[in-house]
Amino acid sequence: METTSTLEKTLRLIALTLVVIFFMFPIFWILLMSFQTNETILAIPPSVIFTPTLSNYAALITGKLTTAAGTLDIAFMRNLMNSIFLSVTSVAISLVLGVPAAYAFARHKFKGSEDIAFTLLSFRFAPPLLVLLPLTQYFQWLGLSDTYFGLIWVYQLICLPLILWIVRGYFEDISADVEYAYRIAGHSWFATFRKIALPLAGPGIAAAGLLAFIFAWNNFVFALVLASADKQPVTVGALAFVTSSGIQYGQIASAIVLSVTPTLALALYAQRYLVEGLSLGAVKG
Amino acid sequence: MASTATLRKPASGFRISRKMLPYVLSLPALLVCIGILIPFFTAVIYSFQRYRLSQPWARQFNWGENYLNFFTDPAFWNTLKVSLLYAGITVTLELLLGLGIALLLQRRSTVNNFISIMLLLPLMIAPALAALMWKLMTNPSFGILSYLASLIGLHDFRWASSPSTALLTVVLVDIWVYTPFIMILLLAGLRSLPTQPFEAAALDGVPRTFVFFRITLPMLTPYILTATLFRLLDSIQQFDIIYAMTQGGPGNTLTVFQVEAYLNFFQSTNVGRSAALMVILWAITYLLSNIFIKNWLRLRERARGEA
Repeated sequence: METTSTLEKTLRLIALTLVVIFFMFPIFWILLMSFQTNETILAIPPSVIFTPTLSNYAALITGKLTTAAGTLDIAFMRNLMNSIFLSVTSVAISLVLGVPAAYAFARHKFKGSEDIAFTLLSFRFAPPLLVLLPLTQYFQWLGLSDTYFGLIWVYQLICLPLILWIVRGYFEDISADVEYAYRIAGHSWFATFRKIALPLAGPGIAAAGLLAFIFAWNNFVFALVLASADKQPVTVGALAFVTSSGIQYGQIASAIVLSVTPTLALALYAQRYLVEGLSLGAVKG
Repeated sequence: MASTATLRKPASGFRISRKMLPYVLSLPALLVCIGILIPFFTAVIYSFQRYRLSQPWARQFNWGENYLNFFTDPAFWNTLKVSLLYAGITVTLELLLGLGIALLLQRRSTVNNFISIMLLLPLMIAPALAALMWKLMTNPSFGILSYLASLIGLHDFRWASSPSTALLTVVLVDIWVYTPFIMILLLAGLRSLPTQPFEAAALDGVPRTFVFFRITLPMLTPYILTATLFRLLDSIQQFDIIYAMTQGGPGNTLTVFQVEAYLNFFQSTNVGRSAALMVILWAITYLLSNIFIKNWLRLRERARGEA
């Protein structure tokens, strides 16, 4: 490995540069567009030299877009709030339900435990529309079709398997001996769980929660099928925005930037855990 | 969590509660998901019915007719062909590219680590939003990619709006989003390989291509298989990118399974056909996921063992 020629070094450098350009350019370009007016966006040839403007963001935040043809209402901030609310609530509920279950699967090999764990995992791999399409009808019958509650429930299918499998791995990595010692000292099961197991698995639980948040935020099809217009998250809202105001390119770009910033920030923050999380604990980072 | 109050009471009920504890702990999570099994069975029943939302009175069991009709239905064969083509092309290209990038970044250095973190960003963008980003970049009137295409002589290159290049365009977006996934799994795999075989080979002056094909690749195979099957399972079900980019069009160029089922349900309101399509896709993914889970479990055991 050490005997690398100059030629090889150069080739590697070129290859890496191309890779970085391919994967980074779209993010860079959309970020630039979000600070441009339609005039500079439509200019030919495209240029990176322009006077940046915050008017796109201002229009999104105030929800009013003034054009020559009149004012247009944009519900984008509403979508952003929906995304925050849906993702945070779904992950919180998933943690409350999933962490104790993960602990049970890790510590007690009870009858059917592997089957249950696999059933939960298989939800990760089934085609979502298979259940979503009949679910639209059930939601109408149950009166859930216009509620956050219904959406949050369905979002559990994204968050729960993820949290269960990642956190279970973290609990399995903690030696049970510490817990036994604490139990023998006369502490209850719950105290052991709360004072010993939870803090030790803390980083893993946090990482699983962050990943679940990213997946919930990025989900598209669940909300597309089940959410009414005023409950839509950014993924669905941005698409609707494109259809309704197809020519406001600057605003579309800034809407995309606002929509992806939270997940990108979290991913950078939690990048140490991403490998393990994405492979559900199969590959250590 | 209500159950914990009873569990904290010591002595008397201890043996029973200890036995019941794992069930009590995992029951809420299970209950939340079990609700989903009901619509699953409903979908299977729908797939055996003649059921159109526009003609609710004509709803009745027609048993296998929805499935039998597929044999003579060119739209179905198109769906099957496009889905397999999409999954095949994306996974193959992403695997080659992901492996290549992982090998480039294998050596631990500040620059390499920084690049590998940067490359994760596309993966963290919602695929539907990624599709919109590329839609802006391939817009015929101002898209930077359309402009670049015109510079190399491809004037009026239509990207996703032309039937001949639509598949290529969505594949490109898929590659942009998901290559980092394969890359980070393989990079983690490469970096966890034992160093002795490589040191021994270097000492003996074994050619690098030989080392790659005879040592690196075989040792990396479980990681490659896991990453590939993971992606294959997702890719054959791709919906977000294709729907956000072209809604299955132009025409029926990109009506992969989930897009076709969605359009059948909401546009032509043919619930029976839509459900039958989903059941077939489910059968395909079930087979794949069984192979996948076996493989993945083996890898997971190994990862746990090394921890």
